[in-house]
Amino acid sequence: MNAVAAPRKEPNPVRRAVLLFAAMFVLVVGLGYVQGTASIGLLLVQAFAYALIALGLNIQWGYGGLFNFAIMGFLMVGGASVVFVSFPVNMSFWNSDGPLLLGRALIAFLIGVALVFAARRADRIGIRGRWKTALTVLAWFVAYIIYRSQIDPAAAYIEANAGFVGGLGLHPVLGWVFGGLLAALIAWWMGRICLGLRTDYLAIATIGISEILRALIKNMDWLTRGTAAVAPLPWPTPIPQDFQANGVPIAESFIYARFGFLALLIAVLAVVFVLVQRAYGGPWGRMMRAIRDNHIAAASMGKNVTGRQIELFVLGSVLMGVGGAILVTFNQIFDPSGYQPINHTFLVWVMVIVGGAGNNWGVLIGALLIYIVWVISDPIAQLLFQGLSGWTSAIGWGAIPEIDSRALQMRVFVLGAVIALALRFAPRGLIPERTGEARR
Amino acid sequence: MSLIVLDTVVGGYGGAPILNGVSMAIDKSDIGVVVGPNGAGKSTTLKAIFGLLKVTGGSILFKGKEIANSLPDRLVPMGLSFVPQEKNVFTSMSVNENLEMGAFTRRDDFSDTLAWVYDMFPPLKDKRRQPAGELSGGQRQMVAMGRALMSKPDLLMLDEPSAGLSPRYVIEIFETIVSVNKAGVGILMVEQNARQALGFASKGFVLASGQNRFTGTGAELLADPDVAKSFLGG
Amino acid sequence: MDELIFFINRVLISGTVLGSIYALGAIGVTLVFGILRFAHFAHGDMMTMGAFTAFVLASAFAAMGFSAPVPIAFIVLPLAMAITALLALGIDKGFYAPLRDRGAKPVTLLIASIGVTLMIQGLIRLIFGSSTRQMYVAGEAKDIFRIDMSWAGGTRPISITEPQVLMFAVTFLAVLALHFFLTRSRLGKAMRAMADNAALAQVSGINTQLVVVVTWVIAGSLACLAGTMLALDVALMPDLAFNIVLPIFAAAIVGGLGHAYGAIVGGFLIAFAETLAVFNWTAVLRPLNTILPEGWALPPNLALVPTEYKLTVAFIILVVTLLVRPTGIFKGAST
Repeated sequence: MNAVAAPRKEPNPVRRAVLLFAAMFVLVVGLGYVQGTASIGLLLVQAFAYALIALGLNIQWGYGGLFNFAIMGFLMVGGASVVFVSFPVNMSFWNSDGPLLLGRALIAFLIGVALVFAARRADRIGIRGRWKTALTVLAWFVAYIIYRSQIDPAAAYIEANAGFVGGLGLHPVLGWVFGGLLAALIAWWMGRICLGLRTDYLAIATIGISEILRALIKNMDWLTRGTAAVAPLPWPTPIPQDFQANGVPIAESFIYARFGFLALLIAVLAVVFVLVQRAYGGPWGRMMRAIRDNHIAAASMGKNVTGRQIELFVLGSVLMGVGGAILVTFNQIFDPSGYQPINHTFLVWVMVIVGGAGNNWGVLIGALLIYIVWVISDPIAQLLFQGLSGWTSAIGWGAIPEIDSRALQMRVFVLGAVIALALRFAPRGLIPERTGEARR
Repeated sequence: MSLIVLDTVVGGYGGAPILNGVSMAIDKSDIGVVVGPNGAGKSTTLKAIFGLLKVTGGSILFKGKEIANSLPDRLVPMGLSFVPQEKNVFTSMSVNENLEMGAFTRRDDFSDTLAWVYDMFPPLKDKRRQPAGELSGGQRQMVAMGRALMSKPDLLMLDEPSAGLSPRYVIEIFETIVSVNKAGVGILMVEQNARQALGFASKGFVLASGQNRFTGTGAELLADPDVAKSFLGG
Repeated sequence: MDELIFFINRVLISGTVLGSIYALGAIGVTLVFGILRFAHFAHGDMMTMGAFTAFVLASAFAAMGFSAPVPIAFIVLPLAMAITALLALGIDKGFYAPLRDRGAKPVTLLIASIGVTLMIQGLIRLIFGSSTRQMYVAGEAKDIFRIDMSWAGGTRPISITEPQVLMFAVTFLAVLALHFFLTRSRLGKAMRAMADNAALAQVSGINTQLVVVVTWVIAGSLACLAGTMLALDVALMPDLAFNIVLPIFAAAIVGGLGHAYGAIVGGFLIAFAETLAVFNWTAVLRPLNTILPEGWALPPNLALVPTEYKLTVAFIILVVTLLVRPTGIFKGAST
């Protein structure tokens, strides 16, 4: 029969990528012409920050087939880190009893950790099975009580006397690094406990952990100022006010400042992109894809599957933490109540799916495209609504109320429609992963 | 006219075909046994008849009607029934419910068939309320066969009914198959216990590489030195 | 006595209310998982969609001058449930069925269901705006029943609202109906068979397409029921159920995905865990202060978890269950 199938006619991926990027360039220039250079600077910085985050998800999902619905959590961790590292030092905290109380809370925390750890080793002294489980649960409970007994008064004291802990006043880039490190730590812990789960369970578990992280960061007012939000955060590059101080007109100062930030961001992204791309083609990337496509076979060849998967999960999450930190630095404000799974987790997923999971160029174009679609669906919907509203008034139904808040929701709908359409009609994305090498 | 006629059936799971032209004919009074080495396409033949994989060539006539690529929900009401080799009971459901599921396509009163199945498999009667997952291997096989008989089929297809059973149960299952056949149900089965099964087969088919190699009555095949040497382990 | 009344009001009644909602939602999630083998993330928004359907119908009926002793939104429930079931079928036809036919992995369907979630959310807000509304249309009043407890020495009444009473009743009836459907009816048994072993169900001649349709009809109508009752109890808003979709998943997973009865138990378990975790025990134990020695008085707030972490309790139970027993607390998930 047709055992030797005719080679599938696929468009040349390189030409396709070049065309897509050229089209993207035209789109961006066109938008810049319509909306002004300053706002295109704003859009590009955010789009490229999301590209960094999307590369992180591509490492996890595209390279390794690992599900991560905790992107929002990692972005928040990155944001909180950059606040802690780069926000100016809060002397009223350091001069109060706050540090002392926090130190005691830390000791209580360590005692709790020791208790739980000891309970989990109880089998060494002959406590096994049910009794060990009961003991472990009890240890968790006691540890929780001990920690709460110290942290609650400390938190109340700090919030009353100093507002919040404040920052360390260090350079923002150090904050980005710290954000990456903290994300790595959390990802390592998550990977250790979760990666054995089936894919759909993993999805639900990660989204659960993401929500736990959000609840913690949102409610630990003593550390993050909670919903009161922290602002303004310093920039690594000159801010518009610096240019204005040197006599640059206000409108142009924003252009200079934003493109200065953009230059730094693109440099970071370029370095990351080259490293990630090289890793993909190298032996490490090959092994990862082998594990993704058939982890049983890979395991039987002596590969440490779980260990490698944790590596991927940590690496991807580092990029998410750094990206989250960069976004917060750029916006100069950290507001925990502004984080939502839709805007953060799922937006990034759509970028990777539409761009082409497994292909970094695809993910890059997907990130830029989807971010632009996300941002411009609001004004376009407003225009649509205004047109519709004029029509309904003309035929006597009255104008449409609350156009602004409704139009803002258009992007949620568009995002959902893009996922559904992409999965159905282009499941491998705009620039699909090249899986042909093995056949040729 | 035979109950079912396969004429040079070609088929597979989408890639290279596994069946390269299988032909057979079974009557209502027959017990047909398909034997052959691993990968010969024995189970695949049954699945092809039952619409569980794609038939790309040849024809399958059941009661004179072309049924190639028809799905089970059409085939079962026509009088065709299939017992898969593995996972062939609903483990979380009671024995009685398993049997009821076999009668899903019937809209008439099937209590007499139920009584007939319980008569055929007396051990199931006491366990009718028990989840099928708690039964022994042999009893599960009875539930699976009982389930398939509940639609009152004219042709019952069994995929290695004796696999994994202790010798005592193998004999019991084979005896039941013969008595089911005597009650007027044609049988088409795949067997690893080739010698034993050919012993009571009215028709035997030896397959290799997805094609018929030898065809005859069970006794003829057992007596054929070529068959014995190549396929029955000497 | 007042302490006991306080406990009944704050834990027993609100826990049962929450548990009813979680249970009705989790049954849908668990049935869809059992039959179609994917985590249907859009279930929360199907609940919201159902509630808005009921709201539109109720407003229309009220505009026609219809009135009743119970809320109109409750009267129109059967119709709203039927419409939501149809919408659920339409969503399946439009978005899930094509992927299933292509043989897509469950995880692709999970992502598709997130797409559906976003579309429903976006559409609801596009059409209705993001404001909060009352399900009590046309000036209906929300009755509150106060059961006088003075005969037992209580100074405060046990209070329960009309939608809460209705909710207990319909949850009970829905669970009972589902039980009889699954254990007595031909289609219900076929559903269990398909959840148990889809390949064998197909071999038995069970019309699997029909079972899929029935699954969406049940999941959709229960989602509408849960959403409407929740909106009657609290208020109608576009993120009504998106916020509780994770606790609902927690309930379904704790009960063992695919097990309808497990989902019910899981729903109440999660609900009571949340309620008890944020319950201020001092309110109940205060009489002890009279016998406790000086300086050992109970602190004013003795809750296990601060109120703002209420939902977090569900997430922690979810994660711990997934890690310790992903098949749920009942034995033998058939996956």
